[in-house]
Amino acid sequence: MVKWSDFERAAIQDIFSKINYDVVGCAALSRCLIVYPWTQRYFGSFGNLYNAAAITSNPKVAAHGKVIMAGLEKAVKNMDDIKTTYKDLSVLHSEKLQVDPDNFNLLADCLTIVVAGQMGAAFTPEVHGAFQKFLAVVVASLRKQYH
Amino acid sequence: MNLTAKDKDTVRTFWAKISTNAEDIGTDALSRLLVVYPQTKTYFSHWKDLSPGSAPVKKHGATVMAGVADAVAKIDDLRAGLLSLSELHAFTLRVDPANFKVLSHNILVVLATSFPNDFTPEVHVAMDKFLSAVALALSEKYR
Repeated sequence: MVKWSDFERAAIQDIFSKINYDVVGCAALSRCLIVYPWTQRYFGSFGNLYNAAAITSNPKVAAHGKVIMAGLEKAVKNMDDIKTTYKDLSVLHSEKLQVDPDNFNLLADCLTIVVAGQMGAAFTPEVHGAFQKFLAVVVASLRKQYH
Repeated sequence: MNLTAKDKDTVRTFWAKISTNAEDIGTDALSRLLVVYPQTKTYFSHWKDLSPGSAPVKKHGATVMAGVADAVAKIDDLRAGLLSLSELHAFTLRVDPANFKVLSHNILVVLATSFPNDFTPEVHVAMDKFLSAVALALSEKYR
């Protein structure tokens, strides 16, 4: 079981209460598709992903950004057992979507950078550390049901 | 994954904008490295103070960013340009090259917090490619 310090718990709740879900989801997914273009392999049905401008204005990307944030919110609300909370999501990504789990780290890095950009100086090294620990637990939980 | 002419232009233009803040960027990135990835502290056991923004962190942050500045200037041939720095890291410092990726990520996070409007997705991908190329050049002499 993951141990969260009081600081880490508060920091994660604080981040998710402050960030704009619509902006962050879309921006993080867009960055992932732009900075790591091979991740586009999972989004063949999204239409125009030919360049950065197309990606950032693509409505399917924005909609999927929201789906991702809704998933993260589940983890934020169940910080003490993300592994169980994500069991079905893990099976979905492994068996149905067949996503290479290394991609989770790429999206996590983009999420960190987008949240950092939103929060500026408030994203102190300690808050940054808490956020990356949270994302590491999320990623590990998503990997759990891969066989 | 080679740097295209467009990547190099993007890096040079962005660097010109931010280079006056290089020392602060270095201090912040190094501070984050030590806090978020505590295993990196093992390379700095000889420092009195490893806390964010401490004197040795500031000094070394500036050193690291001077290296990055050098790399921007030598962007057309990083392998040759960073040869002596690679020898330093390979033979003297013996930093595990996995740490280059981690420090690069922290530099990108600092760029995002400090320059949210300039650090667009296009700049992000160019800088990520550039820092990866720098890391590769630094790894040249390891074995």
